[in-house]
Amino acid sequence: MPLFLNDEQTMLRDTARDFVADAAPVSHLRSLRDADDPTGFSRDLWKQFAEMGFIGILIPDDQGGLGLGHVEAGVVLEEIGRNLSPSPFLTTAVAAVEALRGTPHAERWFPGIVEGSTVAALAIDERAKHGDGVGLRAERSGNGFRLSGAKQFVTHGHVADLLIVAARTAGSDADEQGVTLFAVEKGAAGLSASPERLTDSSIAARLQFEGVEVTADAVIGEVDAGRDPLNRLLRAGRTGASAEMLGVGAGAMDMTMGYLKERKQFGTVIGSYQALQHRAAHLYSEMEVARAAVLKAQQMLDAAKNDGADENADHAVSVAKAMSGAATTLSVQEGIQMHGGIGMTDEYDIGFYMKRQRVLAEMFGDANYHADRIARMAGY
Amino acid sequence: MTDLDTFRLETRAWLEENCPPSMREPVRSDEDVCWGGRNYRPANPEQKQWLDRMATRGWTVPDWPKEYGGGGLSPEETKVLRSEMARIRARNPLNSFGISMLGPALLKYGTEEQKLEHLPPIARGEIRWCQGYSEPNAGSDLAALATSAESDGDDYIVNGQKVWTSYADKADWIFCLVRTSKESKQGGISFLLFDMKTPGVSTKPILLISGYSPFCETFFDNVRVPKRNRVHEENRGWDVAKYLLGHEREMISGMGLASSGRNPLIEGAIATVGLDHDGRLADPLLRAQIAQFEVRAHAFGAMSERFIDELKHGRAHPAQPSMMKYYGTELNKQRHELMMAAGGSDALEWESERSNGGAPARAWLRTKANSIEGGTSEVQLNIVAKRILELPGA
Repeated sequence: MPLFLNDEQTMLRDTARDFVADAAPVSHLRSLRDADDPTGFSRDLWKQFAEMGFIGILIPDDQGGLGLGHVEAGVVLEEIGRNLSPSPFLTTAVAAVEALRGTPHAERWFPGIVEGSTVAALAIDERAKHGDGVGLRAERSGNGFRLSGAKQFVTHGHVADLLIVAARTAGSDADEQGVTLFAVEKGAAGLSASPERLTDSSIAARLQFEGVEVTADAVIGEVDAGRDPLNRLLRAGRTGASAEMLGVGAGAMDMTMGYLKERKQFGTVIGSYQALQHRAAHLYSEMEVARAAVLKAQQMLDAAKNDGADENADHAVSVAKAMSGAATTLSVQEGIQMHGGIGMTDEYDIGFYMKRQRVLAEMFGDANYHADRIARMAGY
Repeated sequence: MTDLDTFRLETRAWLEENCPPSMREPVRSDEDVCWGGRNYRPANPEQKQWLDRMATRGWTVPDWPKEYGGGGLSPEETKVLRSEMARIRARNPLNSFGISMLGPALLKYGTEEQKLEHLPPIARGEIRWCQGYSEPNAGSDLAALATSAESDGDDYIVNGQKVWTSYADKADWIFCLVRTSKESKQGGISFLLFDMKTPGVSTKPILLISGYSPFCETFFDNVRVPKRNRVHEENRGWDVAKYLLGHEREMISGMGLASSGRNPLIEGAIATVGLDHDGRLADPLLRAQIAQFEVRAHAFGAMSERFIDELKHGRAHPAQPSMMKYYGTELNKQRHELMMAAGGSDALEWESERSNGGAPARAWLRTKANSIEGGTSEVQLNIVAKRILELPGA
């Protein structure tokens, strides 16, 4: 399989590019922010994503989806990133779908997800920095479990119909084993959400679980073996976040290159100065390398789905998240610097790119987390 | 099972049977690299055996046509062969400027006679080539070259000097840029091939900071070259030169690749610094630097795969080799900086047996040329800025 988009994937990209640029350009994000919208995204827009069939990209065709792979999901995410379009695509159509895939929960939740009426959120993080520990307790209670603890950085957590919750059923916080993944429905007694608007105008909730009762049916996969679906979720989420971030970085870079060709100082366009040309060419190189790393991870995830060797893809996923994080950080930083004063104004869009990139860089582990992970995998 | 799957199984079986055990060991020194040529002295019999077995199948140049000594493989089959060789960590059977640089240029611009004369000996490793490009006053500004070729009947008479000619003292033939007209800078250059044994050719190795002399000064004093050895039209040699530079940049960019499996950087750091009780490198700052480097090295591995795939399918931007060359060589310099840091004072030894004659330090110093030879990093960035990003000329 060559490491570039095939003809069908290129067609999908063109369709997604036209659709997202038309339905949810950066001005859409700006208007939601200016209206202090309490949801964090437009439900109308999400319905349009459903009508385009995009939400079901990763859902098998016999369950109402398109039965496509992570390359195709990434194609859509990149356009979402390029337009900074607020949507639950990453949490719902990518991460949650992968967690639920092949479990009884798929039949319960996939129909609503496909038609755009069900939004999912991921209750994974418990600290300001993403890590592997899980401390939220789930204790046996009758036929089910009682969940107690807190989660944070739960994007869409205040409006989600479905929460995917990582909880501890055995052992201590840092243990690899003893984790169970739960599907918790909206409005469960004892569950409270405090929505917080983030730097990029998206909304993430801090969640409190105070003895939230769930039945045994809420378990995703097996009790104490929740790392399997959790790792599926994380691989998909990390790869998806990389793709979306790549779109953010590419959008910022396109704007910056346009500005270099148009802005004049000292009587000539600033893009003719070698000091800026070399930095622009270096940025291009970093972005190209990141793009290759992300596509490699997507292809490996798709190959793994067929032959079941997901762990081989893990390394590629961490390379993709770390590399896309580094390259797009450079892209938004150079974006503001090369725009000069206008880049610092709220009126100009480049600042929105910097804010969104910062949030995606943190999500599911930043570049340092993934570099550390690569080192651990290599035994040093 | 697809045809490609069948090809993979057959290739795997053939490699298992035919790649000698010592040719699956990592390359430790220059001696372990086979360059072929008239004066080739195999480091051991297995090195020669490996070269001959691969050459017989045309697999030293798997994607060249069979009539020129190649394997006639499709891009997909070539990728399978490379991945199967990587799987058993097979060494490259033959390193050659003939394969990586001249061959592609001859395939595109050579006459049928030139292809039949020169390509099969390249594929078999019988003739070793060197590249006569840079001159004392033509480095980054290569088209300023002054070595002259005067017409004399059916021949040219070549006079002038080249510099930084890699392994000129070991090469059998040279492909050389010469000036056939002063009317136009780029449009007055021709591309000639000649035997280094031709009267009037002399070489002088240049001692480098590494203590090695891989480069030479090469002098031409009334060297007679038949006109039939000119590739492409007279005064159109710049087309060939540029095409070939793209391939040279591809080759040099390959240096930045992360090695699969055993990695000398990581192993070296573990050997000097050790692991702590959590299995992490005991020097946390060195560990962080290595890990950050490895992210880029692995990502660049994916980029190389993508680049080759795009190239084979005619989708790569013509200036993309400049990006690859820039990124790969900068990475390789970083790798060797880290290897020196990991090696500490052990890596400083210059002559000891323990250091294999100062191999780590000499290799580190050698890499400093990576971002100079074949067009400096700064020239590559200029090319990317102008041809890919379409930023206006300064």
